[in-house]
Amino acid sequence: MGKNHPNVEEYVVSRVRALESLLLEKGILAPGAVDQLVSRYENDTGPMVGARAVAKAWTDPDYKRLLLDDSPAALAQFDLKYDLLVVVENTDDVHNLVVCTLCSCYPWPVLGLPPTWYKSPAYRARSVIEPRALLREFGLEIPEQQEVRVWDSSAELRYMVLPQRPAGTEHLTEEALLPLITRDALVGVAQVKAPATVG
Amino acid sequence: MHGFGVVEHDPHEPLFHADWERTVLAVQLTALGQRLYNLDELRHSIERMPPDAYLNATYYERWLAAIDRLLIEKGLINAAELERRTAAFRDEPQAFPAPPSAASGETELVHPALDRRRGHPFRREASTPPRFTIGDAVLTKQCQPAGHTRLARYVRGKHGRVHRHQGCFVFPDANAHGRGEEPGHVYNVRFEAAELWGESAAHRDAVYVDLWESYIEPAAAG
Repeated sequence: MGKNHPNVEEYVVSRVRALESLLLEKGILAPGAVDQLVSRYENDTGPMVGARAVAKAWTDPDYKRLLLDDSPAALAQFDLKYDLLVVVENTDDVHNLVVCTLCSCYPWPVLGLPPTWYKSPAYRARSVIEPRALLREFGLEIPEQQEVRVWDSSAELRYMVLPQRPAGTEHLTEEALLPLITRDALVGVAQVKAPATVG
Repeated sequence: MHGFGVVEHDPHEPLFHADWERTVLAVQLTALGQRLYNLDELRHSIERMPPDAYLNATYYERWLAAIDRLLIEKGLINAAELERRTAAFRDEPQAFPAPPSAASGETELVHPALDRRRGHPFRREASTPPRFTIGDAVLTKQCQPAGHTRLARYVRGKHGRVHRHQGCFVFPDANAHGRGEEPGHVYNVRFEAAELWGESAAHRDAVYVDLWESYIEPAAAG
């Protein structure tokens, strides 16, 4: 994915210019709209939104309950209006993994734009057929006794993983936990690691 | 389907690989925001790519192909004009003068796409009570529809169990084809990995899939 023959790239660039200029002429696309729209995803939206909810859930049991049972109310505390998110919790018994096998549905408001690997045919196929082999390639060995649940975002609901809080971070505050939480952990292809310098 | 190989995971991947991807994203948001087409029509347009082209295309290339097709079908742009202009830009990158940027502020035209506070356009009030409850054993339909559906092939004709009722949503199989919204209940259904993949699957694992009510039938409890 993402690697094109130069001629293909040249064609696509011309095609997009052509489309853009036609839509500008027709008044469908406003001048400056591209930068305005895209800056939302370059600056304001991204995995830090979902990570904030997770850090709060780790340090506030009531908030954790709310996030799992009523995510719209939980996200509203961060001024986010989003009523389609289902948060699934990783435990010692269950590891959760999120995919969209049919296209590339992804919880944009809490995770931003999806990475290329999430949108690849390999991930979309293998995450449901052989999630354990796939996770092993991501460096995650799931113990046999732990159940793997794969969430296929096939309708309008979107899924985010509530990762396990790493051992050795009990003394850390919500603010200190926040930078540990990665996008990959929120999709379920990684675990959150304690900082190397803890203790 | 097997054979796609290793998932290439680049931890330092940029948000966009080229400027044109930004433009395609903006066009997409604008078109959806202005309701030039709906999300189900978009997904169906992507699915109508020839399979080999689909698999070789990047995410934004698939979007571009789908947008072109929809805007042409809906008469918003002319196919011949798009081709002519593409060739012109290829020969001369400044073939058509770039329009001036907006000085500041959001114009009326981009606003709908930006406004998340308008609520989600797909949830609907249910007109019938849900047919299934949590824990019900269900069997998915076996079918091969020519048009758009959100019933993935790998869960057709399979036994599962209702895990959760998700509410009532616009039905993509109708909405993608101009047949109206036909809203229906959506359930999250748990399928055991062994039911989907046979004995090679880890016996403990499961796949959870959101399914419209018309995709499933009651099954004898196993």
